[in-house]
Amino acid sequence: MAEEVKLREPLFSPKNRKLIFNPLNKDNPITVQVLGICSALAVTAKLEPAIVMSISVLAVLAFANVIISLLRNTIPPRIRIIVQLVVIASLVILVDQVLRAIAYEVSLQLSVFIGLIITNCIIMGRLEAFAMGNKVWPSFLDGIGNSFGYAWILIVVAFFRELLGSGTLTFPVIGQVNVIPQAFYDFGYSNNGLMILSPMALITVGIIIWVQRARNKDLVEEN
Amino acid sequence: MFTNRYIFIYSSVMVIIVAAVLSSAAEFLKPMQQKNIRTAKIMDILSSVNIESDKSEADANYSKYIVEEYTINREGEVLSTFKNNQLEQGDVRAFDINLRTELKKLKDLNAGKEAQEPTFPLFVCNKEGKTFYIIPMRGNGLWGPVWGNMALEDDFKTIIGVNFGHAGETPGLGAEISTTPFEEQFLRKTIFDNDYNFKSIKIVKGGIGNLPSVEQIHAVDGIAGGTITSNGVSDMIKDCLNNYVPYIKKQI
Repeated sequence: MAEEVKLREPLFSPKNRKLIFNPLNKDNPITVQVLGICSALAVTAKLEPAIVMSISVLAVLAFANVIISLLRNTIPPRIRIIVQLVVIASLVILVDQVLRAIAYEVSLQLSVFIGLIITNCIIMGRLEAFAMGNKVWPSFLDGIGNSFGYAWILIVVAFFRELLGSGTLTFPVIGQVNVIPQAFYDFGYSNNGLMILSPMALITVGIIIWVQRARNKDLVEEN
Repeated sequence: MFTNRYIFIYSSVMVIIVAAVLSSAAEFLKPMQQKNIRTAKIMDILSSVNIESDKSEADANYSKYIVEEYTINREGEVLSTFKNNQLEQGDVRAFDINLRTELKKLKDLNAGKEAQEPTFPLFVCNKEGKTFYIIPMRGNGLWGPVWGNMALEDDFKTIIGVNFGHAGETPGLGAEISTTPFEEQFLRKTIFDNDYNFKSIKIVKGGIGNLPSVEQIHAVDGIAGGTITSNGVSDMIKDCLNNYVPYIKKQI
């Protein structure tokens, strides 16, 4: 018995810590694996939807990873994608229903995007690549790590798009804050409407990728 | 290693479990959701006359300020009156009317199809001794429904407040319809000209500066980058207010 306890991995072993911290940087789902780009475009015109979207993805991805990991030995490989989709779709509907009951205003804003979590490639990608072959706890950590990796990109992009595009920042609960002082506008500064349009999300993500690869040469592909 | 039999049983069991979980969650959360929808409707109606209330006081404010509810038909006849918390005439309260189904009936009738006669809700507000009439509206934006409430003075033509909502318009573009700067443009505009010809309020791409000055009182600036939403709101205002024209003509 004593030996068995020794062999047991600590909850936050170096390997497990990697599961959380790698997706933040060198294994980032958006900038390195280029998954989940679609929602990164859609919800980042304002900060608030980006934050709520991140929280919702966190909930869905963590639970979906746990459930699939629990079921992984019972799922017939031939229908595994269908099983994964059913799990994701039910979790998304649950999140949507709960938001409607608890945070009605936010759910109105996000109605379309919450449904789109079902098609978020990060979630299917993590279920297929990780949860299908790993134990419950590492899968849970992997889900948390990847949602944070997704979240910080989303929030950074939304921060710059809203700041430069609308001159405001919108937070959940607090509401809209005018950041650019009126004096700037009086001097002839004006908001860049281009930032609100979806292409600028891609360009902002592109800049993040550029900075990341300039700092971390391992990520640069050879050819 | 998994037989077909196993796969069939596996998927059936999975689907049944998921269905059970989802339907019980939906049933369990339904009262809260319906209460939210009701409160949001009350807050929308009140905010069109500039009464901002939070969730807890919405109900109290509603019974304080909204003194009468009418339902009217296309000929402008009053079908029901709700006053002092009870129905005095007719059998349905204006607040309980689903505008979406009524507009569907109207659309079917206009297309020559069989449908019931639509009825339209009208709310009468009494704020600081003045009487205002609130008309709810509903239409289509770019991605989904848009809705709103318009409050008119007792001359039935001057707008004293308006609010808009939407289900999924693009943030920063079409979604700007529900922001204060857009809504404030409607203040003091009129939906009728001096001879009470119905003019509605047009939302003009490129700004109202391009219109002749007599038309400017019946128009507001559109949203740059949100033209389809702007047009949707414009059509919504025209189509919804139009139903009240016969009633208004009888009142003045």
